[in-house]
Amino acid sequence: MAMNRDEIIQQVQEVLIDALGVDDDEVTNEATLMGDLGAESIDFLDIVFRLEKTFGIKIPREELFPAENLMNNPDFVQNGKLTEKGLAELREKMPHTDITGFVDDPDINKLGDLFTVNAIVNYIEGKLNAA
Amino acid sequence: MRWIWIDKFIEFQSGRRAVAIKNVTLAEEHLHDHFPGFPVMPECLMIEAMAQTSGILVGQAKDFQEKVILAKIKKAVFFDYVKPGDTLKLDTEIDSIAPEAASTSGKITCADKLIAEIDLMFSHIDQNLAGKEFPEENFVFTAGTSVFESLLRDVVSGNAGSGADSEQK
Repeated sequence: MAMNRDEIIQQVQEVLIDALGVDDDEVTNEATLMGDLGAESIDFLDIVFRLEKTFGIKIPREELFPAENLMNNPDFVQNGKLTEKGLAELREKMPHTDITGFVDDPDINKLGDLFTVNAIVNYIEGKLNAA
Repeated sequence: MRWIWIDKFIEFQSGRRAVAIKNVTLAEEHLHDHFPGFPVMPECLMIEAMAQTSGILVGQAKDFQEKVILAKIKKAVFFDYVKPGDTLKLDTEIDSIAPEAASTSGKITCADKLIAEIDLMFSHIDQNLAGKEFPEENFVFTAGTSVFESLLRDVVSGNAGSGADSEQK
């Protein structure tokens, strides 16, 4: 399925508008799902289901939003911050996400801020191109 | 005791689709207050009926091994009143099901007239919330209980608990 980035962005926006009940002008590229768009844990699953249907792809558990596994592993988290190992894991698991700013203060409470509209678009684009 | 708000299933296709019936009666006390002289079924109780229909479908899909809870009302749109004497048909389908959750979409009709569209999400809570513990008790019920069998009494005879047997031809 050939789909350019603009089309992907538009479809992702529609998914988020329906799943989170937000307005289209709130769904900017930089918007964070939890902070800006008010997503809760069940919404992430709802979003995954809707993305699978919209783009006709399978999204394995933890691939798009891998935070949970990371946070429960003491190798990866110490004193509420990600360790070097944790950061390496994050880079590997979330190649679709820009974590440059996060590295300076890898507080796990800020992990949620990494889930942006842009990260989803990157993920979907990578998935469709790999297909 | 379970509070069961649907009367019976008339179709049950394991893991895919279920249709249940709910008869509305003036013997339901709340109808006298909602509203005095104008009894109509509260919309929240239509959502409850759909949540039970869909929740049992989702629970049975995993052989009642998961604790299924209603996690999100994705959509609830109502088109008409429901009054005492009406028979509601609750028709629901599983759109997606994963180890940790399921989503369903459903329609309520009364004599083929569309009453409501209700789409829901259910969480398998043991698979979520990172290791928090919940009581052993299953929130839906377990396979082979008398409640489940009685709800399925009119669906194709045979073993109500196992999906393949109750599938419609």
